[in-house]
Amino acid sequence: MPATPITDCDVPASAALPPAGDLPDTDLALAAETIRRSAPLPTLVIRPTRGWRSVDLRELWAHRELLYFLAWRDIKVRYKQTVLGAAWAIIQPVTTMLVFTLFFGKLGGLQKQTSVAYPIFVYAALLPWQFFATSVSQSGQSLIAGAHLISKVYFPRLLIPFATLGAPLVDMAISSCVMALLMIWYGVPLTLSALALPLFLLGTIVAVVGVGTLLAALAVAYRDFRHVVPFLVQIWMFSSPVLYPFERVPERWRLAYALNPMAGLISGYRSALLGEEFHWAAIGVSLGVAVALFFVGTVYFVRVERRFADIV
Amino acid sequence: MSEPAILVENLGKRYQIGLRGARRQTLRDAIMQTAAAPLQQFQRLSGMARANETFWALRDVCCAIQPGEVVGIIGRNGAGKSTLLKILSRITEPTEGRALIHGRVASLLEVGTGFHAELTGRENIYLNGSILGMKRREIESKFDDIVEFSGIEKFIDTPVKRYSSGMTVRLGFAVAAHLESEILIVDEVLAVGDAEFQKKCLGKIRDVAVGGRTVLFVSHHMAAVSRLCKRAIVLESGSIRYSGEVGNAISTYLGQTRVGSRAWPPGPKRPGNDVVRLCAVRLRDGRDEIVESVDVGASIFFEIEYEVMQPGQVLVPNAHVFIADGSCAFVTHDVDPAWRGRARPVGIYRSIVEIPGNFLNEGWITIGAAISTYHPFIVHCFEPDAVTFEVTESGRPGPARGDFAGRVPGVLRPLLTWRTDPSNGVLAH
Repeated sequence: MPATPITDCDVPASAALPPAGDLPDTDLALAAETIRRSAPLPTLVIRPTRGWRSVDLRELWAHRELLYFLAWRDIKVRYKQTVLGAAWAIIQPVTTMLVFTLFFGKLGGLQKQTSVAYPIFVYAALLPWQFFATSVSQSGQSLIAGAHLISKVYFPRLLIPFATLGAPLVDMAISSCVMALLMIWYGVPLTLSALALPLFLLGTIVAVVGVGTLLAALAVAYRDFRHVVPFLVQIWMFSSPVLYPFERVPERWRLAYALNPMAGLISGYRSALLGEEFHWAAIGVSLGVAVALFFVGTVYFVRVERRFADIV
Repeated sequence: MSEPAILVENLGKRYQIGLRGARRQTLRDAIMQTAAAPLQQFQRLSGMARANETFWALRDVCCAIQPGEVVGIIGRNGAGKSTLLKILSRITEPTEGRALIHGRVASLLEVGTGFHAELTGRENIYLNGSILGMKRREIESKFDDIVEFSGIEKFIDTPVKRYSSGMTVRLGFAVAAHLESEILIVDEVLAVGDAEFQKKCLGKIRDVAVGGRTVLFVSHHMAAVSRLCKRAIVLESGSIRYSGEVGNAISTYLGQTRVGSRAWPPGPKRPGNDVVRLCAVRLRDGRDEIVESVDVGASIFFEIEYEVMQPGQVLVPNAHVFIADGSCAFVTHDVDPAWRGRARPVGIYRSIVEIPGNFLNEGWITIGAAISTYHPFIVHCFEPDAVTFEVTESGRPGPARGDFAGRVPGVLRPLLTWRTDPSNGVLAH
């Protein structure tokens, strides 16, 4: 009987099935695949889902390489075809620091209220703040920016907002070098308090993921958030102790103030870098709020992600 | 038969369509509606819209695809093909029903998904491979093969934005071609790229199919579908209209119905020009009856009736024979020595060509009728779908099929002369 009932003019004869019992050596791979296929295969059930779901951590872990590649792409692309390249990661916070020092420190008189020189005071807060602001804006827009991916290929959608944290993290690492120079210049010694920095960094990441995923998920359905985010970030900065010391807030309001997670976290960064006293109660409240935001953001995201491809 | 690779049960997908604003009648209505608009908009965006603002892109779709099967999915735009693939690729969720997938799925709904224009070819191979679900080590080990398959070694470190669109597509397909999975879902990738690229893609998909993997293949390219798939599913308005043998599926999709004869009433609506016009076309069997199907072993006669209105032109009637996927099997023209190089006087003529039995294979055949002049070359009329008929056969042992009972592949099934000589060492030569 004919080997295969497929009619064809274009495809080379090698594409046709070899006759049984006459398997060429080159088809060993094929045979290996056949053996492998006899092992039990994963069965996937696709059906409508409803309501709240938990985050599929195993699936996220399985896709960790994709998270890395997406973040790597953003980092690679960030300063391509720019003259100054990664120097921008330094120019931005330094310029901001200079402007803030001139207008808020000198003209606004805030420099009289800080224990250290105003430039280093502001810069210690700008490090976490700029990371927070850029990553929240970028992860908030990430699903809309990645619409072509969402509608063409499946992978855990959470990776898209997660991956946007990569480039701002690298930027923060670069701009931290300036912090070191400033500390030498102003003679501020690094103390044991600096050991607490990883805690605040982690807290900031947790807060960013929470706010970022929430905004990203909302922005898919409600494009209003495209206008909300820049505005929100601006207001958020003035509500956080970037320009002024945490201590300026009256004692009895401090815990309420720390409901803004960046309030406690920025004060923590500053204390750790400049060797000042920690406001642990406020930091605790802020960390708690950050963790709460993290759960609200990711769980809401996972609840609505099934609709993303249809509406983005 | 083992467990199906893909089992689809009552699958349905409902989409919401835009809220059609009701007409504003009065200023008061307009003000009221403007005030209510954000609320309505919110209801729409949050998915609380009423059912009459929805439509089913897919409904009650059931099918089973066995491991190793290569199945084509055909249908008009909007028939639900892409929706079905998107559900099976987990990009979107179904509204009802379910699908069971046995094995890992690689889906290729687009070539070069996630390519970043600023990144180089090399960087994009890693990025795209990772997006399609390949592990980093897998990409590394296949990297050289991918580059070779794409044929753009020289530009591998050039940003993709400097590539021509053809190069981008080749690179994208090269990555996808190296995906390893039990099930491959491919959507219309052949719509892009040049003829050579399409051939390469088809060859690769064929290799995948021959390798025993399950392939779902969506295309508008009927020749490709019929070449790759034995079975096809025809989707129409979101449901399955036909599922089965690929030739029948394509005929169903192309909306072919048997037409044994056609006639045009006198007047300018007859196909043709001032020189000659078609009057009628007919398909007759050996007993001069008009038929719409013919046994594979029987002769069939195709008749073109036409009116010559201007004398002095040498006219050559010709017949174009097409198979179900629309490709041309052959063209035959009138070489009757009685009329060769001789102009026909004004009048009505009937030219008949016999297509012998044991020549065409079973399946759907469409014949187009044309009348041309060759010096200088003029096509006076061409009616591509003049008649459509089915060549049928019983499947019983017959002249050309011998004792083989299965489907005989090919466009033609001629009865040729075979000779076998015993080779017992005493042959003359």
